[in-house]
Amino acid sequence: MKNTVILGALTVAGLAAGAASAATLDDVKARGNLNCGVSTGLTGFSAPDANGVWQGFDVAVCRAVAAAVLGDPMAVEFVSTTGQTRFTALASGEIDMLARNTTWTFSRDNDLKFEFVGVNYYDGQGFMVPKELGVSSAKELDGATVCIQTGTTTELNLADFFRVNNISYEPVPIETNAEAQQQYLAGACDVYTTDASGLAATRASFEAPGDHVILPEIISKEPLGPLVRHGDSEWGDIVRWSLNALIAAEEYGVTSANIEELSSAATDNPEINRLLGTEGELGAMIGLEADWAKKAIMANGNYGEIFEKTIGENTPIGLSRGLNAQWTEGGLMYSPPFR
Amino acid sequence: MTTMTDPPGQGFRLSQLIYDTRYRSLTIQVVAMIVLMLLFSWLVSNTIHNLQTLGKDFDFGFLTQPSGYDINQRLIEYDSQSTHGRAAVVGILNTLLVAVLGCALATVLGVIAGVLRLSNNWLVSRLMAVYVEGFRNVPLLLWIVLIFALMTESTPAPRAFRGDTPDASMLFDAVAITNRGVYIPAIHFASPFFTNGLFNWLLILAVLGASIFAISRLRHWATEKQEATGDRPTTWYLILGLLIVPTGLLMLLMGAFLDMPSLQGFNFGGGVHLRNSLIALWLALSLYTGAFIAEIVRGGILAVNKGQTEAAYALGIRPSTTMNLVILPQALRVIIPPLISQFLNLTKNSSLAIAVGYMDVRSTLGGITINQTGRELEGMLLLGLFYLVLSLLISGVMNVYNASVKLKER
Repeated sequence: MKNTVILGALTVAGLAAGAASAATLDDVKARGNLNCGVSTGLTGFSAPDANGVWQGFDVAVCRAVAAAVLGDPMAVEFVSTTGQTRFTALASGEIDMLARNTTWTFSRDNDLKFEFVGVNYYDGQGFMVPKELGVSSAKELDGATVCIQTGTTTELNLADFFRVNNISYEPVPIETNAEAQQQYLAGACDVYTTDASGLAATRASFEAPGDHVILPEIISKEPLGPLVRHGDSEWGDIVRWSLNALIAAEEYGVTSANIEELSSAATDNPEINRLLGTEGELGAMIGLEADWAKKAIMANGNYGEIFEKTIGENTPIGLSRGLNAQWTEGGLMYSPPFR
Repeated sequence: MTTMTDPPGQGFRLSQLIYDTRYRSLTIQVVAMIVLMLLFSWLVSNTIHNLQTLGKDFDFGFLTQPSGYDINQRLIEYDSQSTHGRAAVVGILNTLLVAVLGCALATVLGVIAGVLRLSNNWLVSRLMAVYVEGFRNVPLLLWIVLIFALMTESTPAPRAFRGDTPDASMLFDAVAITNRGVYIPAIHFASPFFTNGLFNWLLILAVLGASIFAISRLRHWATEKQEATGDRPTTWYLILGLLIVPTGLLMLLMGAFLDMPSLQGFNFGGGVHLRNSLIALWLALSLYTGAFIAEIVRGGILAVNKGQTEAAYALGIRPSTTMNLVILPQALRVIIPPLISQFLNLTKNSSLAIAVGYMDVRSTLGGITINQTGRELEGMLLLGLFYLVLSLLISGVMNVYNASVKLKER
């Protein structure tokens, strides 16, 4: 009996100790890798390539953070999450950050107790239909069957859009993008709706992309960005400034081609010097090494390079920069100064 | 004889709690209780602590907030402006619908397969063995997904029905089988005096119930007459008349007509739309649970002494009558208790609905609502409570039935 009591007490004590979590940064360093939540597979944003290595626009953010914190862009454990499981995975601590084309909204930020650290893609919700339906506007979709990923903001926007325009529809709730694609191609729904970038990525993976059109209406604002849990501001700052470093690097003309040269010695541009750690002590201020931003940028290149490589105009997805151009070129990408 | 004397009285020693058999069990129970309480209180305090760390509170107020999402299959009025609570009720009704349909079909399939597996016909019994082993030994989720995929991939899209020479056509111009589900004719009522659909159906059900009661009285009368005179009066035309005429008259009075599904815009309109998600889930749950029920039925029948069959045959009773009147009533006593747990399993397994996008309570309250409001703990507790109450209800009702068929001891 004595043994049982002691063992029981030990178990209770052990569990209690496990529950009181330390700061995320220390956890990540102790573990030696970063747990990053991504989608279950969306070409261009986050999907494993032929060798099983995760690639994509959102994946690049994870890799940049891992490089900044651990010095190794490959030290990332990717966790596939669906629209429904992603927030629980983050809230429960299963993942350290979520980079899964997730829309920044008021209630997610405050009610769900998350912290969006920035925007890596400005998007909006669109509709894709087969060309043969002959539909040219979303307002002609009265009575249509619409495939939709459940647990997303697009689900709510869709309900609002059809209600406001006083037209009816039949929602077909679906868990993942892959299932939605299959249902849409099988003709089980007339329309597939999600973020316009997601539609472009999905269409690019079709056998005959030309047979499908994306309707002109963009019915919502969908600022997509990485997020972390509320309450650990140090960790939030690291993810935020890793993303800002990528954006700032493009603005200052720091690329993966010239970064070695620029970081070997102080340059004429003090912004670049502070960013790359050749001047000042910005790294120490967020608890990282002086060359953290250099490592983050070297992981996949700057923001523009990542964009071009994963979803840009020369890729099958073929998205133009649009709103996602640098602010100097008429877009919304704007990093606060590194000072 | 020597007189037994009590050993000299000793004071109570602490070690007696463990070594004295009089106290040992009590000690063990008390310690186990304390450990259990400690574990439970740790769970609660850990939850409270973690909720505090996350800055969350414990509040069911979200149930009265507008939900903002649409649900395709709804048995009651619901739109995106309705509350999360109502969305949960819509989900609950959908769960109940598939559970009731599933339990009914699974029982029918299970009883047939269980009886046939004992058949003397080699082919029939082996076919049933293949069915039982095939469905019992492959995970349910795979069957759900497989049936759903078959239905969406192998049936034509609604647009295949369009045009002068369509690729697909409707069965008897009444039933359309598409990859979005099956559209069947619906019964509507045109009479201006009977506009409330639910009320109409309840009225029809009441009349039908009265008819069935009258039929049972009629048969009772026929049996009495047979026992008194030896002649059984011919009653089949009376029974048929009682069954059809009152209900038929009532429906005529209500102006019932068939609303045929027809192509309207993108989809079929009119009629009743049985979605693929419902059909796939229903069939998969029934086939899967039916395989288990078949084994239970087979076990129940084998549990009845062979002497019973032989005695019945010796009396000249035909095999089918023997099965219905001698074997099955006795087998039921063995079958009912494990059958209850199969019904419970089916009901709880219906929460796999999300795999095919069927909007049951797990998908509405436990899925979208939790996701949109971030109330995981509250939502999961409510969900658990619902399944608990439902299971206890089913179990209670089945236990009442079990009490009515079990061996009466007087």
